[in-house]
Amino acid sequence: MSLRSTTSQTVGPFFKIGLNWLYRDNLIGEGVSGERVTVQGRVIDGDGAGVPDAVIEIWQANAHGKYAHPEDWQDQLVEPGFTGFGRVPTDSQGGFRFTTIKPGAVPGPQGKQQAPHLMISILMRGLLKRLTTRMYFPEDPRNGADPILNLVPSTRRSTLIATSPPGKSGMLEWNVMLQGANETVFFDVGL
Amino acid sequence: MKSIVGYRTPGPGTQPNHLHPAYVSSAKRSPTQPLVQIPYTLSEVTGPTFGAESVSPAMHDLTHQHKGEPLGERIVVSGRVLDENGRSLPNTLVEIWQANAAGRYQHEWDQHNAPLDPNFTGCGQVVTDAEGCYRFVTIRPGEYPWRNHVNAWRPAHIHFSLFGPAFSTRLVTQMYFPGDALLPFDPIFNCTADEAARNRLISIFDWETTIPATALGYRFDIILRGREATPMEGQ
Repeated sequence: MSLRSTTSQTVGPFFKIGLNWLYRDNLIGEGVSGERVTVQGRVIDGDGAGVPDAVIEIWQANAHGKYAHPEDWQDQLVEPGFTGFGRVPTDSQGGFRFTTIKPGAVPGPQGKQQAPHLMISILMRGLLKRLTTRMYFPEDPRNGADPILNLVPSTRRSTLIATSPPGKSGMLEWNVMLQGANETVFFDVGL
Repeated sequence: MKSIVGYRTPGPGTQPNHLHPAYVSSAKRSPTQPLVQIPYTLSEVTGPTFGAESVSPAMHDLTHQHKGEPLGERIVVSGRVLDENGRSLPNTLVEIWQANAAGRYQHEWDQHNAPLDPNFTGCGQVVTDAEGCYRFVTIRPGEYPWRNHVNAWRPAHIHFSLFGPAFSTRLVTQMYFPGDALLPFDPIFNCTADEAARNRLISIFDWETTIPATALGYRFDIILRGREATPMEGQ
């Protein structure tokens, strides 16, 4: 049997009614290991204005590079306090913020490891289907050999890598630019 | 090392482009650079999982979340969640939200001059059962005006959000009602080139799920992306 996937439609401006029960800006439950990081940034539209009605979803592996999912075959520890899922809305200025742990490296194509990264979905009014991107971590020596980053034109790679503001330990900054000279790289994962 | 089996690419015209000029707010929010093609990796074929315990059983009934019953026409909205290969998708979280019978959302930004209903929030969640089935009891949402163009009105619709088994299967969509006079004029409903794909967003009136003397039934099956038959090359 072959069916066609249902057409995507925008999340619209009023998604809070249906999605806020699962807002989760702190992904770290009890007993979770790994380096704590708080990621903050803004979602910016083509006019340079913050997007006040976007919602960001996060999916990531734990500090051992293990996804809490039955298809992760690795012999690594799943931590009960860490599902790897987060969901945060933007505020009136387009700002968002969440706290999590830096994931471990995960397997990639052809036996290569992927550098630690967060999988990001972005939904908002005006988007008929979600945008997907990744956030990588600053100054991680594994970024240079990451098989996905290396598919991105080198001039645009920096849009996927968070920055560390000076003097703010454990804080990362990462903005989502929908358009413009520093437009964030978005990936085609089919839908 | 294990092989990764990817997900099928949607048929041409069956999914919207990001930019759809008739939907005005897509203009400044759509990427202008081409999306970067990447292979499926473990990151794309895994995703958050939600068991039946993630939701309260009471959240399937939007007409019993307050002291009184909401105004409007009670309806049952149900269906199956399948993948493109026709497999049922059990344990899939389905989230819905909608306007009340007067076409007003319980949201601080909705300034439409229509009454709020103290007995209706418009929010529901269920997890699909072993056969991939879900069922909500709610009221038929009203149509409402919006500012996309002069005299713009949205057809009646219910927002749906689903995760499916992987990051790659995430879907947010809207369900419409058969015979809605506003459908041909709605830029959101019409964002997809393929007419058959658009029409699959329209629920089907259903005697089977209609409850005598209580509620009309509407059926809305949802198809999430299915697996490719074979592992991707080079994995």
